[in-house]
This record gives sequence, C-alpha cells and structure tokens, in this order.
Amino acid sequence: MTKQQANWSPYDNNGGSCVAIAGSDYCVIAADTRMSTGYNILTRDYSKISHLAEKCVMASSGFQADVKALQKVLSARHLTYQHQHNKQMSCPAMAQLLSNTLYYKRFFPYYSFNVLGGLDSEGKGCVFTYDAVGSYERVGYSSQGSGSTLIMPFLDNQLKSPSPLLLPAQDAVTPLSETEAVDLVKTVFASATERDIYTGDKVEIVILNASGIHREFMDLRKD
Amino acid sequence: MKLDTSGLESFPSLILHGNDVAGEISAPPSFDLPNSNDFDGFLKEAIQMVKPAKGTTTLAFIFKEGVMVAADSRASMGGYISSQSVKKIIEINPYMLGTMAGGAADCQFWHRNLGIKCRLHELANKRRISVTGASKLLANILYSYRGMGLSVGTMIAGWDETGPGLYYVDSEGGRLKGTRFSVGSGSPYAYGVLDSGYKYDMSIEEASELARRAIYHATFRDGASGGVASVYYVGPTGWKKLSGDDVGELHYHYNPVTPSTTVEQEMVDAAAA
Repeated sequence: MTKQQANWSPYDNNGGSCVAIAGSDYCVIAADTRMSTGYNILTRDYSKISHLAEKCVMASSGFQADVKALQKVLSARHLTYQHQHNKQMSCPAMAQLLSNTLYYKRFFPYYSFNVLGGLDSEGKGCVFTYDAVGSYERVGYSSQGSGSTLIMPFLDNQLKSPSPLLLPAQDAVTPLSETEAVDLVKTVFASATERDIYTGDKVEIVILNASGIHREFMDLRKD
Repeated sequence: MKLDTSGLESFPSLILHGNDVAGEISAPPSFDLPNSNDFDGFLKEAIQMVKPAKGTTTLAFIFKEGVMVAADSRASMGGYISSQSVKKIIEINPYMLGTMAGGAADCQFWHRNLGIKCRLHELANKRRISVTGASKLLANILYSYRGMGLSVGTMIAGWDETGPGLYYVDSEGGRLKGTRFSVGSGSPYAYGVLDSGYKYDMSIEEASELARRAIYHATFRDGASGGVASVYYVGPTGWKKLSGDDVGELHYHYNPVTPSTTVEQEMVDAAAA
C-alpha cells in the first residue's frame, strides 16, 4: 500500500523584498508593498514592516500569514515584558527574542525571512538578519526576500564594511549619512523592481533615529 | 527517549495569575508539530526551505599548551552565499568554546542552551562543569532529537581540572573524545594541512599559524568555505581570540606577488618594444 501524500501545502510565498541599513546614529528599514501569490498580485498596498518596540522595527518577507502571526506573538511578548520590567525592550533583546520565537517552531517553521533594524542602547544603528528558523547575526546592512540576491551584491559593493570577525575589531556601521542611506535604498528598490517580478508597486521606508520614527513612501514600477 | 524541552522554558513561574490571555504564551513547553501523515517527508521539505550553512570548515586540536580552535565564516544556502561573517566559534562560557557546522540556527540555539545548563551546573554544584560533562549534556539532547532533522556537527573545546579537553558531538548522537578534529565540507583539505604539520610540542604561535593555514587551504579549495579565518586558543585561564584574518588577504600573504614579474610590468615592456 503506497504512502499517503498531503494534497496541499500549509505554506505559500507572497514574495517581496526587505532591506535594512545601520548608520552611526540612525537605522533605515524598507520593504516593498506588493503582495503576490504565484503570478497574481493580491494587493499593491501591503505593509511588511512592523514597529515592535520604540527603537526596534522588523521587516519580513515570505509567507505573510506566518509573518502576521509572528508579529502578533512578538508584540504580545513585548507587552508582557513592559508590564514586568516597566521599560521598552532594547533592539538586541528583541533580536534574541525573535531568534528564540523562530526556533520554537523549528519543526514547523514560520516561513518568514526577517530583517530587524533599530538603535542599540548607545544610540548606534543596528541591523540583525535572520534565516527562517532563527539563526541570526548583527550586521551593518542586510536584505531578505525574493529580490535579495539582486540587492545584496549591490549593497556589498556600496557599503562593504570590515567583517566583525576581524581582529582587531572594527565598526560595522556604514559611514553614510541618513539622506545618503535613504537615497541608496530608493536606488536599490528601483533596480530590484526591474528584474524581480515579485518586487514593485511602492517601497515603504522607515527611518529610526534619536528624534523618533519617520515613514515615507516612494512609487515603484507597477508592472 | 523523552525529548529535552529545556530549551523551551517559558517562565511560567513569573506569571502569578492563571490568566487565559497569558496562558497561551506561558503554556507548558512543547514543540509545535504539523498534522501531516508524512512527518518525515514534510520535514525534509521544510529543511530544504530552511537550512543554510552546511558548507563550512572548522577544526580543533589539543597540543602541549592547550587547545587551538579555528573556523571559516561563510554561510551558504545552496549556491548563494548568505553571509561572509558568521560566527562559527561560539563562546559557551569564558573557558569553553563550541564550533558550528551544519544548521546555523540549530548550532546557535543548542550551544546557547548548553551555556545555560553549564551555568546552572555551576550554581548547583559550586564548581565549573567539565568538558566531558558539557559535551555529554549536548550529546544527550541531540540524541533525543535523533531522526527529526537537526543538523549539528560541533566540537566542544575547553580547559577544566583535568587539563585541555576536546570532544566531537553530532546530531546523529555521536560523541567522540579526541585530540584532532576537523568538521565540514572543507575538512578533508584542512586535515591534509593539519595532520602533516602537527606536533604535540608546538608553541602557541606555531599552533595558531598551523590552524590558520589549514583553514586558509580549505577555503582555497572548497567553494562552500570562505570569509574570515578566526583562530581561538583555550588555555588554563580560559579562551582568547588570537586572530581573525580575511582569507583573501591571507592568500597574498602566503603567495606574495613578486615585483619583477607583474603583468603591468610586462604590458609596459611590450608597449615600449
């Protein structure tokens, strides 16, 4: 008797790209707003960015249902933390929380490729990049999602910072100014939109710095 | 064998009221499992979607002065290099190191869990845990998840009361005590250099140079290894990071370009002729 196979998959890929860049006193997090399934566009206006804590923003691409569930779990845990400790979670703490949350579902993963950006306790920009089951590292910049193979080499070329593993240790944040970094993000999404069918419509850019959070949108090609 | 769920402890003791809202989050620890007829096949597919960092080169060896541990820093997802700066040498505590090969998330999570268990041992027994004990803790956890798709090929290196200790532990449940190990897709190349240059009576400088060279040669020949070659030393006072060198730069350090034969020189001569 042949083994029964499942006739449906619990996962789907809604596409999209996310980018985050850390600066000396700011952090830029961006994601496109297109949500697709197969060759269809479900909506041109979907936010993949979630403001988890005061100085901590997450952008996620992949299966948006899992992303939504993940965002809810994290904000619930953050609320509990605030009640217990009477303060907001720092970005590195949220980074560890996200890693553990992803790993708890190691045998039924969240199909979510995340990039976490924010300011650390010294006010310096920090970016954490993840795989779908929770392995993470702090980097100066990162991209995830369907356009990441197009975007990463470009960011490497423009922003390549010395590896944090080198001895003596060197700073990972980019020397770019905030406006230069935002321009770079816009350029990067315009290029990715040209060659990735799942990236386009609009890019949502969130900038975190000492004066708070600022959000802007830029139109991309809709084809 | 009962699954080790200590990694999932979610502080039920801190929540004083049996509140339903909080109940969801503080439910007894357990891994979510999918309701599928073919768990094995489902896992295999999930793993394909998810598992990076299979290509790697890590090595560790014991010598007269202690233990030398080295690794590259490349993570690959299929043919795509997802990172050139992965920390593959994990600092479990100030006198014990673990190396990462296989699934990055598996190694990171369970090494952190091991660090927590080692600390609890110290608090409960008022003394540091031995390398033998720590490696056994990890091996037992991995054995309980045997067959479920974890991918961990790690070396636990440390210094305890009996001197230097080195164990190889993997996700099949294997645990081996030894003096020289190399793990990963680049390990055959690393073994070649390591075995031919190894002497028990090396100094720390000679041993670190041997380790660095072995990683460099592995990154040269193995496409899945690269990035930065990190070398750590574990001695009686704990571990110390000795060097972190970009392997691209190491290449020109070991194979310097002699000035008299540069291509530019030849082109100038050819143009003048």
